[in-house]
Amino acid sequence: MLNMKLKLNNKLFDEDVEQSPTRNGYGEGLVIAGEKDPNVVVLCADLTESTRSNFFKEKFPGRFVEMGVAEQGMATVAAGMANYGKIPFISSYAAFSPGRNWEQIRTTIALNDVPVKIAGAHAGLTVGPDGATHQMLEDIALMRAMPNMIVIYPADSIEAKKATIAAATNGKPTYIRLAREKTPIVTIEATPFKIGKAEVFWTSKDPQVAIIASGPLLYEALLAAKELTGSHPVIVLNCHTIKPIDEQTIIHAAKICGAVVTVEEHQIMGGLGGAVAELLSKNIPTPQEFIGMPDCFGESGQPDELLEKYHMKAKDIMEAVKKAIVRKNS
Amino acid sequence: MQKFSVHELEEKANIIREDIIKMLVEAGSGHSAGPLGMADVFAALYFHILNHDSHNPAWEERDRLMLSNGHICPVRYAAMAEAGYFPVSELLTLRKLGSRLQGHPERLKLPGVETTSGPLGSGLAQAAGYAYAAKMDGRKFRVYCVTSDGEHQEGNHWEAVMFAAKYNLSNLTAIVDRNNIQIDGYTEDIMPLEPMVEKYKAYNWSVIEIDGHNMQEIIDATGKAKAIFENPTVIIAHTIPGKGVDFMEGDYKWHGNPPGTNIPGEPSKDEQAKIALRELRTLGGKIRSEHQ
Repeated sequence: MLNMKLKLNNKLFDEDVEQSPTRNGYGEGLVIAGEKDPNVVVLCADLTESTRSNFFKEKFPGRFVEMGVAEQGMATVAAGMANYGKIPFISSYAAFSPGRNWEQIRTTIALNDVPVKIAGAHAGLTVGPDGATHQMLEDIALMRAMPNMIVIYPADSIEAKKATIAAATNGKPTYIRLAREKTPIVTIEATPFKIGKAEVFWTSKDPQVAIIASGPLLYEALLAAKELTGSHPVIVLNCHTIKPIDEQTIIHAAKICGAVVTVEEHQIMGGLGGAVAELLSKNIPTPQEFIGMPDCFGESGQPDELLEKYHMKAKDIMEAVKKAIVRKNS
Repeated sequence: MQKFSVHELEEKANIIREDIIKMLVEAGSGHSAGPLGMADVFAALYFHILNHDSHNPAWEERDRLMLSNGHICPVRYAAMAEAGYFPVSELLTLRKLGSRLQGHPERLKLPGVETTSGPLGSGLAQAAGYAYAAKMDGRKFRVYCVTSDGEHQEGNHWEAVMFAAKYNLSNLTAIVDRNNIQIDGYTEDIMPLEPMVEKYKAYNWSVIEIDGHNMQEIIDATGKAKAIFENPTVIIAHTIPGKGVDFMEGDYKWHGNPPGTNIPGEPSKDEQAKIALRELRTLGGKIRSEHQ
């Protein structure tokens, strides 16, 4: 059942559950972060409205910097600003930032250890009709491998807002992964959020599998958990911070369940699944099933059609749970 | 910071050149041509132009010097040591395990380095971002950025050129080491950069061309740049790579090699450092513009 100690959205399973894209939360979070600290500045590479950076631009025009279509320039200019003492958020699509400007982020932000916040919007398969060029599915791997970098993948727009506000004060290079499509609101304002802390969103008595999800597919994981009630009890972790990963919570979940399923809209290689596998194989080797892209590019299509085709829906998660149980018991 | 005279600066530049040779020999790897070619500019920066305090590298009001082409860091390290940032003896730790003098400079390792650099084309943008932020806050210090000519082949650099012009970053001065060489050969063979002056002008920068070995010209150009309020200024400093060491001068093969490297047609590798140091000492601080 939903862990209501965390004060989650109790209308989550309604037909007409409220929906909003995580990028909206980013835009709202920028405004709040900007109100709290005059050093917060926002840079954008010609995608102001679609990254929702326009919310900040309208409120603080003097602290908004339009870079033009220049993601490498944006990352390096932001590095200079952060070196000076500003807290720059750089907004673009994940395919281009960190996709195109990875080395600039590595050298001038991560190695320099300056607090630039990289917002990668339109990440994942659900950018849909734009096709494979824009469906960034490798960004978590790119950013996770980089020393000093914090990686956050919010599950809904409220969490994205909290992540944005928290990133403004963590003093570290930080990547925030965002999506274009509207997705169900899972949390409420009062739900706890702390960078680096995974939370158990779904609990069961004697759980057989721990589903560990990042991003909006958390909702599919919760749908699966609900369907599995009675037959295959599971717990569901919201692992919004992929780096640093919440070792204690995940190891504990693996210990009590004995099997895990990871869920993400990202390549299986190098993403959340990889992070969990690295952690568990060292501490408590555990059978694991992976929901994610199987080492291939996406294609044009409607978001839901694509999630269906690449097996990222609740029914696919349920299948993965059953497989994990079989492996655990064999 | 006491301002050195032209003559004193020339002597300082030569001491820096000797330091560079000694450091590179001890390190057994690193770049020779660029550092030697920029010794005059760095002597002028650290002993005349920059407003800085070697005993307080984090001084808030200091001018910032960003080195974009990080591979010429031996010249910066030598100038910093001579200016009192750290003991000259530490120069011999260059590129060694545990050293603060990394093969390419790192901000977090050595106070005063300002930023981490090496991968080309990213320095001007960082300097521009820094200058932009300083301007936002009405700060008075200046931001200098030394870049190589070769890194003008990077797109990232030109993104920064456009950015700095758009926001009229008159508190930013770029100094281009126009030494005409890069690792693979001469810049105009590898990927032509000319006409550089016209390019910068077309991007709405002020442009000053100087002889990068003429102290007075270096000082005058940075002074003039301070007086230009309309836009950022680029000083294109024409330099001779390897300046001061006859067998290295103008030869791209010395871009990425230290003294003590087997290169056909060059002095034997055991003799190179000795010859270089002898030449530098004999010149006795009298390196002057070829045009004088």
